[in-house]
Amino acid sequence: MSRLLPLIGFLLLVGLFGFGIWWNTQHDQREIASPLIDKPAPAFALPVLGEPSRTVDKASLLGKPYFLNVFASWCIECVHEHPMLMTDMKRLGLPIVGFNYKDEPEAAMAWLSEHGDPFDVIVADRDGRAGIDFGVYAAPETFLIDAKGVIRYKRIGPITPEVIEKEIRPALAALAKEAP
Amino acid sequence: MIRRALLWLALCLLPVVAYTQAIQPLPFHDRAEEVRFQKLTSELRCPMCQNETLADSNAPIAHDLRRQVFEMIQAGKSDDEIKTYLVDRYSQFVLYKPPVEPSTWLLWFGPLALLAAGAVVVAVQVRRRARQNPTVGTPANDTEDDW
Repeated sequence: MSRLLPLIGFLLLVGLFGFGIWWNTQHDQREIASPLIDKPAPAFALPVLGEPSRTVDKASLLGKPYFLNVFASWCIECVHEHPMLMTDMKRLGLPIVGFNYKDEPEAAMAWLSEHGDPFDVIVADRDGRAGIDFGVYAAPETFLIDAKGVIRYKRIGPITPEVIEKEIRPALAALAKEAP
Repeated sequence: MIRRALLWLALCLLPVVAYTQAIQPLPFHDRAEEVRFQKLTSELRCPMCQNETLADSNAPIAHDLRRQVFEMIQAGKSDDEIKTYLVDRYSQFVLYKPPVEPSTWLLWFGPLALLAAGAVVVAVQVRRRARQNPTVGTPANDTEDDW
């Protein structure tokens, strides 16, 4: 028995390290689970992109679920994500609020006229302060906010067809179940 | 010759220019406040470049969060209040030193438990051998040792 002990110890370590490798391939290590899920979205009041005199706040968006998509003209992944917003995300039937994160308004508008504008309204967070309240740390990020203003889901990184099927549709189905 | 030396000098000074341009010093009230800011930001983790502290990171979000920490210090918030503020938004991920609570017991006490388990194994082995071979000290008949 005592002869086998080193082998057993070695096999246990192999198992542990194997599990570690498997575990790390199962999820995106850069992704930080947001503590804001199922909590009320932070209050915000931000100017509309291109119309600085007009302000959109959290209260004015209540009453209907919507997506909040964090994007910026400097964000490379956003370019890859954008076609999904233009097509599959729009087809889901919810308003998409653009959250222009730490961007120059002119650059953002030029970017949108080049790639298309899928947003119902776009708010501009130039200094990134509202972004901190939302726990934003990189673009693109997408929130699903329900009619009561509660954050139901957050995607960190670009939206892909797989994300829509595996994460967003189930989240929407859960929302639909609650609605009377 | 002199021109070449001057060129070299200018080249050597180039990083200094870049350095002074890159840093915008924060207007601290006094040295103690600056030390507190440095200590706090070096205990916080940048959510973007995940192996760097807020103090070290050059990511835009780290810059913004440093500004936030600075403003909260100016507003008279305590270190705990600032940490809570960040944890509420970015989860405990931002803490390099997670709090001791049931979900982190394994992290905090796991190594200690492993060490204790190892000590128990060693103690048991030593005693067993001492019993098998009471005349310790002569490695001459040590032929059976597997280890």
